[in-house]
Amino acid sequence: MDLVLVNLIDGLVTGLLLFMLSAGLTLIFSMMGVLNFAHASFYMLGAYFAYQISLFLGFWVGLLVAPIIVGIAGAGVERYGLRRVHQYGHVPELIFTFGLALLIEEVVQFIWGKSQMAYEIPEVLEFTAFAIAGNSIPAYKIFMIFMSVAIFIVLLYVLTRTRVGMIIQAALSYPKTVEALGHNVPLVFMGVFGVGTALAGVAGVIAGPVLGTFPGMAVVLGSIVFVTIVIGGLGSLWGALVASLLIGWITTFAKSYNIEMANILTGIGISPPENMDESMFRDLWTVTSPQIADILPYILMVLILVFRPYGLFGKRDA
Amino acid sequence: MRNTTRLGLSTALALVIGASAAFADNVKIAFIDPLSGPFASTGTNGLHQYEFAAEELVNKQGGVLGGDKFEIVAFDNKISPKESLIQLQVAIDQGIRYIAQGNSSGVANALTEAIDKHNKRNPDDRVLFLNYSAVDPALTNDKCNFWHFRFDANADIKMDALTDIIAQDDGIKKVYIIGQDYSFGKAVAAAAEKFLGEKRPDIEIVGNELHPIGKVKDFTPYARKIVSSGADAMITGNWGADMVGLGKSVLENGYTGPIYTYYAAADGITAAFGAAGDGSLRLVSEGQQNPPASERAENYVKAFKAKYPDGNVSQSRITNVIEMLAKAINEAGTATDVVKVGMALEGMEHDSLWGGKIFMRPQDHQAIQDVHIFAHTKVEYDYDNSGYGMLTESTVEMAAMDSPTTCEMKRP
Repeated sequence: MDLVLVNLIDGLVTGLLLFMLSAGLTLIFSMMGVLNFAHASFYMLGAYFAYQISLFLGFWVGLLVAPIIVGIAGAGVERYGLRRVHQYGHVPELIFTFGLALLIEEVVQFIWGKSQMAYEIPEVLEFTAFAIAGNSIPAYKIFMIFMSVAIFIVLLYVLTRTRVGMIIQAALSYPKTVEALGHNVPLVFMGVFGVGTALAGVAGVIAGPVLGTFPGMAVVLGSIVFVTIVIGGLGSLWGALVASLLIGWITTFAKSYNIEMANILTGIGISPPENMDESMFRDLWTVTSPQIADILPYILMVLILVFRPYGLFGKRDA
Repeated sequence: MRNTTRLGLSTALALVIGASAAFADNVKIAFIDPLSGPFASTGTNGLHQYEFAAEELVNKQGGVLGGDKFEIVAFDNKISPKESLIQLQVAIDQGIRYIAQGNSSGVANALTEAIDKHNKRNPDDRVLFLNYSAVDPALTNDKCNFWHFRFDANADIKMDALTDIIAQDDGIKKVYIIGQDYSFGKAVAAAAEKFLGEKRPDIEIVGNELHPIGKVKDFTPYARKIVSSGADAMITGNWGADMVGLGKSVLENGYTGPIYTYYAAADGITAAFGAAGDGSLRLVSEGQQNPPASERAENYVKAFKAKYPDGNVSQSRITNVIEMLAKAINEAGTATDVVKVGMALEGMEHDSLWGGKIFMRPQDHQAIQDVHIFAHTKVEYDYDNSGYGMLTESTVEMAAMDSPTTCEMKRP
């Protein structure tokens, strides 16, 4: 029972981290209708920039400055890259962001090398907040939870309660009309792209010390972010949140408990094969939940696509 | 008169040719390891260590056979067995007689087989295989051959030494084994279970689990299981980002016991752990640097760091490879007849630069040496310029000297 609570907290941390990445991606998608393959690369850039800054000015300056740099870089990519490619249609845009992801990874390796960076949790947060039955919850995790919740609230407030948010939402649905009303729609797009990548940057800054700052960090998270927004519904902020938390909890619980397939199969009344070594279903019978934990979100995605193609909260058909 | 001149001339010519052959003939060693791709940093660092060892330990000491220099020729195998075989052929075509390789036992298995075949078919240009890091026990057991020499302690020897240390610690009652889901991770788990069962049947193995290699984003759920299993010690063969992720995660989530590892050092790992790993992280390996075995070893490390400020002397056995090869060539009196060199290497006893003796066991060509358990802590000679490094905590002298081998060595 104690472990359930601990796993709930761990899953929440994983889920909220995923949310910060998918929130930006889903905003960018609903705006430009293009999937940004380089999104996780901006997450990596955030971690590396923050690491570099933290060497000289400490973690907190890195937390403030790194996302801004990433956001400016993202806005630059939109202004001078994507906007030019946009006229040729979606496929060139997709290929552009894909190439950008590869480029960023190579550049990062070129500058920082292939080894893991010693990017550390700030000393102020290096203590155990509380412990549940011997499992300590580090203060940093609590900090991560608060950070992401704060970002979600601010984002939600800006998008739904302010004039800027109204213009953004209008520009998303009726760009021509908004433009005719005298608003600079390309600027709005650039801004949203910048903010979206900056959000990925924030995620990188706060995840870098716990999940590791190394050139493979973007690839590891890249695909799962897409899965999240597909499950949540492309373009939906609430969907991104719910899907992120869902994935966070599913994978955490699957890894924490050794649920064996054999038990499930016998539970539903199938008897194990006589000779396990020769049975063609041996792999199926011996599989345990930690082994398949990381593919569960993909299975969920396939199910969602089959039964509800527009995602949990999606408004339109993807 | 004419005849004498002719004789004199031809003698002179012969002398000149002979002399130039004697002086200009470098002893070339092919270094076949990844120099591009994800493991490039390990490969490049290894190459630097080879070049430095050849220069410092052989060439500056006057070379071998009265003046021949060692030359390291690098070949990039992209850690692929297939590519390695192509590079091996290129090296052989260039007249290279010594092949050094270490990263990945998969590559080593392919190379040792290919070299065995090549040497059978081409008795005139045979080559020796100097394996400095691939630790798959099979290479010196079922798959052994005369041409293969392993300078690192194999996975079983390391686990044997590690479990010796664990067995002495009465405080350890529960052990958790976790590793990457592939051949090496499984081999480590199997060896740990076997040796612990023999030495301390009272120890309970509270977890034995494999996780996907290189795909785990967050190790927290694994860490929770380890902590709540009540394990007093954990054993892992993880390397690279999986090592850092797992180690940091268990430490953050309240685990306080020792973490016994194979590869939790250098290439950024030491720096990534920093203060967090102090007191927990242990590593089983050969070749101690802290405290330094001798002034000579100290100077060697200093000189290496002066030349490669970002590098680490992380594979200390490389100096043994170079020194023992030089000794064997001198003893054999030839660098081209590798059968003689191989015979000289067999059974050789060598005083390592890092202290202790190296004994190249003749029956399986496995180097028997002191195996140490290092603690990750603040040291004088650090890794990754982090202030932290490996301090010798305990030593198993000439580990696994009498261990059995299934090798049936066929000598040429």
